[in-house]
Amino acid sequence: MKRAFPILAVLTALLLTYSTYQALVVAPTERTMGDVQRIFYYHVPSAWTAFCLFFVNLIASLTYLLRKSSKADALAVAAAEVGVVFCTIVLITGPIWARPVWGIWWTWDLRLTLTLVLWLIYVSYLVLRRFSDSSQTPKLAAVLAIFGALDVPLVYFSIWFFRTQHPQPVIGNGGSLDPRMLHAFLINLFAFSCFGAMVCWWRYRLELLHREVEEMESLESLRGVTQ
Amino acid sequence: MNAIKFLWAAYIATWVIHGLYIGSVARRYSRLRQRMKELRK
Amino acid sequence: MSLLRSITLATLTKDIRLEWRSRDAINSMLFFSLLVVVIFSFSFDPNAEESREIAGGLIWVAFLFAAVVALNQTWARELRNQVLDAYRASPAPANALFVAKALGNFILVSLLEAVMAPLFMIFYNLRALGPAWQLIPVAILGTWALVVNGTFFAAMSLRTRSREIMLPLLLFPISIPAVQSMVEATRILLAGDGSARFWIVLLLTYDVVFTTACLALFETILQAE
Repeated sequence: MKRAFPILAVLTALLLTYSTYQALVVAPTERTMGDVQRIFYYHVPSAWTAFCLFFVNLIASLTYLLRKSSKADALAVAAAEVGVVFCTIVLITGPIWARPVWGIWWTWDLRLTLTLVLWLIYVSYLVLRRFSDSSQTPKLAAVLAIFGALDVPLVYFSIWFFRTQHPQPVIGNGGSLDPRMLHAFLINLFAFSCFGAMVCWWRYRLELLHREVEEMESLESLRGVTQ
Repeated sequence: MNAIKFLWAAYIATWVIHGLYIGSVARRYSRLRQRMKELRK
Repeated sequence: MSLLRSITLATLTKDIRLEWRSRDAINSMLFFSLLVVVIFSFSFDPNAEESREIAGGLIWVAFLFAAVVALNQTWARELRNQVLDAYRASPAPANALFVAKALGNFILVSLLEAVMAPLFMIFYNLRALGPAWQLIPVAILGTWALVVNGTFFAAMSLRTRSREIMLPLLLFPISIPAVQSMVEATRILLAGDGSARFWIVLLLTYDVVFTTACLALFETILQAE
């Protein structure tokens, strides 16, 4: 399993190169928005990857609460951190796309706003993990993840209804996709999903290593005490 | 034409952020591996 | 069931009595609330026609900050006298403690709101153009939404560094749909601009979902300290 990692990493890098080529060169230029629309091939797949990672965090958190598995907790941390990274990219590429096309930096677009709230929830999750000293941090964090998950549908509905009352621009591709655009989009979706999984896996291994080292260090200090 | 700048900005920002994060993971990983080797001695 | 109720009641009356005896805490919170209203009034010109539109948002932001101040207080006392450890050791169900704390906070925050709301109405010359009675369920459901999660997260923050900042950090993101509902409902009712029914129902849903979650998971985090 461990030996597969470098090979898969290289494959993922190649896949990303190919998908970026698809996005920048192969996909046709959009009629109304021009080349700026190509941000779409990064923006939406990143959002999809972030949401998947947050979902992984939720499952891992639940597993931790039910089975007390420390590996599940390590995965939860990894998924949350990498998810926040991808989420940050969605929040940056969104406004960069919106500004030249729709003339505004921000709009209460459903997907963008939901991403913002998820970002806030998971940043608070990471802050809790960092600031909490107790050995029960995993449990507290897992509970927070559950609260976050319960919140998501409520956020969705509140934004959705708000938008029906206060019409706002929609950040999106609008209308149907040219098959070559769809092709490029799907390749990027796959590439970013693999990339997200790889980084998460690496972060997970880092977390396991970190815990192993901590354990060994505490054994060391015990040995030092008894000598 | 100005719009292209935004395209590059978005793509570059994406990889800068990914690069910084992966770099920090890699750095922490190698540091811990070092520590592990020391502890194993 | 009656054991739960009697423990809850006992804890609640103890808290209220303690709070009443040390009126300093309440007085300073009341003064803080007053200050918030005044500062907002200076910052957002109350005479403009738009103030009816934004008053909903202003009021609830002010309530939110006052609530955070109040919530930070409530567990501090328990911590000081190691009451939590005693509670954990006793066979009393954790939920009784949570409900008592939440109700106590609810009463406290409602008191602060009762002071701030008339002041807002005076400074901003507010008059509800919609059905004003609906502001009551909005206030009750909205306050409970903030208090129930606030009490829970305050308990979670107890053993963290920078405890006081931890509470709003955890509370604000999760409260976004509730705050949006409160603000929109208030705006609609003040401006007489349509029906606030959706927002009230959403608030109710939020309250039910998170009250259940808090009751289900409080035991877990109490043991986790």
